[in-house]
Amino acid sequence: MKLRAILGAGAVAFALMGSTAFTVPAVAAQVPDGTKLAADQTFNYRVLDNINSLDPDIVEDVDTSYVVGNLFEGLYNEDAKGNPVPGAAESYDVNKDNTVFTFHLRDAVWSNGDPVKASDFVYSWRRAVDPKTASNYSYFPGLVGVKNADDIVAGKLPPDQLGVKAIDDKTLEVDLNKSVPYFVRATAHATLFPIPQSVVEKFGNDWTKPENIVGNGAYVLAENKPGERVTLKRNHKYWDDAHTVIETLNFLTINDENQGVTRYLSGEVDQTDVPAGQYPQMKQQYPNEAHSVPQLCTYYFTFNMTDKQPVEALKDVRVRQALSLAIDRDVIVNNVLQGGQIPAYFFTPPATADFKAPDLDYAKMSQADRDAKAKQLLADAGYGPDKPVSFTYIYNTSEAHKKIATVVSQMLKEKLGVDMQLQDMEFATLLDKRHQADYEVARDAWCGDYNEASTFEGLMASDSSQNDSHYSNADVDKWLKESATSEDPNQQYLQVEQQVAKDVPIIPIYFYTKVFLQKTNIGGWPYDNVEQVWYGKDLYKTAG
Amino acid sequence: MISFILKRLAIAIPTLLVLIVMSFVLMKIAPGSPFTGEKNLPRDVLNNIYARYGLDKPQWQQLLEYVWNIVAHFDFGPSFKYKDRTVNEIIAQGFPVTLTYGFWAFVFAAAIGIGMGVIAAVRQNSWADYLAVGITIGAQVVPNFVLAPILVLIFTLWLHWLPGGGWNDGKWNYIVMPVIALSATYLANIARITRSSMLEVLHSNFIRTARAKGLPGHQVILKHALKPALLPVVSYLGPVFVGMITGSVVVDLYFSTGGIGQWFVNSALNRDYSTILGVTILLGALTIAGNLVVDVLYAWIDPKIRY
Repeated sequence: MKLRAILGAGAVAFALMGSTAFTVPAVAAQVPDGTKLAADQTFNYRVLDNINSLDPDIVEDVDTSYVVGNLFEGLYNEDAKGNPVPGAAESYDVNKDNTVFTFHLRDAVWSNGDPVKASDFVYSWRRAVDPKTASNYSYFPGLVGVKNADDIVAGKLPPDQLGVKAIDDKTLEVDLNKSVPYFVRATAHATLFPIPQSVVEKFGNDWTKPENIVGNGAYVLAENKPGERVTLKRNHKYWDDAHTVIETLNFLTINDENQGVTRYLSGEVDQTDVPAGQYPQMKQQYPNEAHSVPQLCTYYFTFNMTDKQPVEALKDVRVRQALSLAIDRDVIVNNVLQGGQIPAYFFTPPATADFKAPDLDYAKMSQADRDAKAKQLLADAGYGPDKPVSFTYIYNTSEAHKKIATVVSQMLKEKLGVDMQLQDMEFATLLDKRHQADYEVARDAWCGDYNEASTFEGLMASDSSQNDSHYSNADVDKWLKESATSEDPNQQYLQVEQQVAKDVPIIPIYFYTKVFLQKTNIGGWPYDNVEQVWYGKDLYKTAG
Repeated sequence: MISFILKRLAIAIPTLLVLIVMSFVLMKIAPGSPFTGEKNLPRDVLNNIYARYGLDKPQWQQLLEYVWNIVAHFDFGPSFKYKDRTVNEIIAQGFPVTLTYGFWAFVFAAAIGIGMGVIAAVRQNSWADYLAVGITIGAQVVPNFVLAPILVLIFTLWLHWLPGGGWNDGKWNYIVMPVIALSATYLANIARITRSSMLEVLHSNFIRTARAKGLPGHQVILKHALKPALLPVVSYLGPVFVGMITGSVVVDLYFSTGGIGQWFVNSALNRDYSTILGVTILLGALTIAGNLVVDVLYAWIDPKIRY
């Protein structure tokens, strides 16, 4: 049995005892005694782009999932630290193998007054994997192990064969095809939210229009003005409405980060991202408003490891090692990005739940030692001033990517005499080139789908569709397979990370941080949630 | 005149068809697809999406079906990126916004531009002329992506007079900055064209004749000089009007108006095929209509053109 202690040590101890029920208190806005609340409880949050789709089965981007997470509620929510807390479910039972989860729904109603039933979950999950729905996220139920999900997506089975059923109106049983101790966590993901069957069937594709949409979350949709804003109002029919404080949530689309800061300073938004490189200045000017918190994302360079890759030098592992060693991550983090990012020498962010950061040799060396070793490796491989290594690095057009690329190319030129040419392109072209393995070295990044190391380590598997380098190592594949059932998967993760550091199919550069400005009168913000999941119902605005 | 208009309309339809086919081909040649993202999708998932949006059919069939849906149902199809919206809805939601601020920007640019141009020409080499020329050069060299932040800095951050962005169903204080940002360059061009054209007319023989027979100065300008002087301005105003009512990427994105201008760039970057075609056809049709109106106006101002 795989133990990833995602529910905390206590819950795991229970799990070991066999089929057991778990009840944890729910979370709501926790306003400290004596706090004077502001008269106007409106929270204005800046989003980068248009809100994409309000259909939980279809939503695909992060900003939109915040909107959807306030309109709908999954079986479990996340608390301020990212741990699961009851949402639409009150409690659950799980069998010994972590393959059958039975959720007990609380008495709650949709915003139109109809009761929330287990069948609404069944309907939604089946619809999410139905080929006719054609959702980008149709792979998610399969990813977290829901039985038959992948076969339904592939059109081999009908949607009603999905491993989820309503035992009665208030009991939902989920069958998994593998042991997934962290499954409860996954129920906070929009793809596994319920949707109101009667409403969806009545309005079809138009069911998410403000005049039609019905949800079970703490807020209801008031207005949707694409490119301008989405406005949500408090849902008085929500089961825990008594504890909600924020009355109105505005998601304001502001495409330009600097304009976001301007509108923050003019008081139009309560929270906005800090543009790259401006954090030190913001922190100095607004020490109580500028925040930098860890995020589950890794920025890295990826090598094309296929035979199609034309540069002979890059096929030599010593050259790849030398390039990785010579990149001074501290300079990139401290002098270029300046947002509290963490230098990366391995792939999985150290902030990932229960992940034990591997102790890699090259991470402990001084940069001078790394440079010396890099020169040595390059010389051993037969490259030097008379036979320089030359390759093209591709990245999508953006100020920050350009700065990093420029700094790295200078480092490599000065230290190793390597000629790294830069080529920028629009994002869609970069993605296409990476996918087709039509590149030499490319910019890449990955954000975890859930808070567990396998969402990162899994990319190193030779059959992963996200494996842009097309790296393939039989041992790595074997360890990854073992990790799924391991008592302590960190053992396997360490082996994988060590092997990756040796083969260098990628060069990890840094781990992301979320850098933002937030008004000091916002209370209840989950700074410690590394996935940055937040709910309007947990927030409040203080006076003054 | 009727047959003149009909003839122009007959040319418009094949022009639009050529536009659709060319946009379609260019769009399909561009690498990537609407469904490429930082996260690569599994093959089965992609196949389902392609089937749902008809991308699994041969290209010629996709094109034919697309054109047929427009001709027969006036349906531009679902957006590939904003999946609970259709392109018709995107246009219906965004176009009124750009139409509003674009219309006011046009009125502002035309009125002030022509006014400044006329005054500058009539009072050539006076302080009024220098001021007008100075303003127009200033407005012309500052592009709107520079002007917009400057406006926000002054009116939002320093003076606290206007909100820095948003639309709020077109309340006046939300429109002011988009109008200024959009109209500045056009205003400058209109003023320059009016001034030089007016100067030319003022030096022509029939004006000399009008002055010689003793007509008062304002009558010479308004009755005799203005109409011919506006001819080049009118031909410039046609495309400007279309350009303005379809908004601007910079204005829409910077001021978060929710207008349609943003889609010209966004849809291309997202490879949102149906939206690219929808807004291209909209712009194409409006341009053709705009040019037609200009031609009619021309024929009205200058009878020579009719014959």
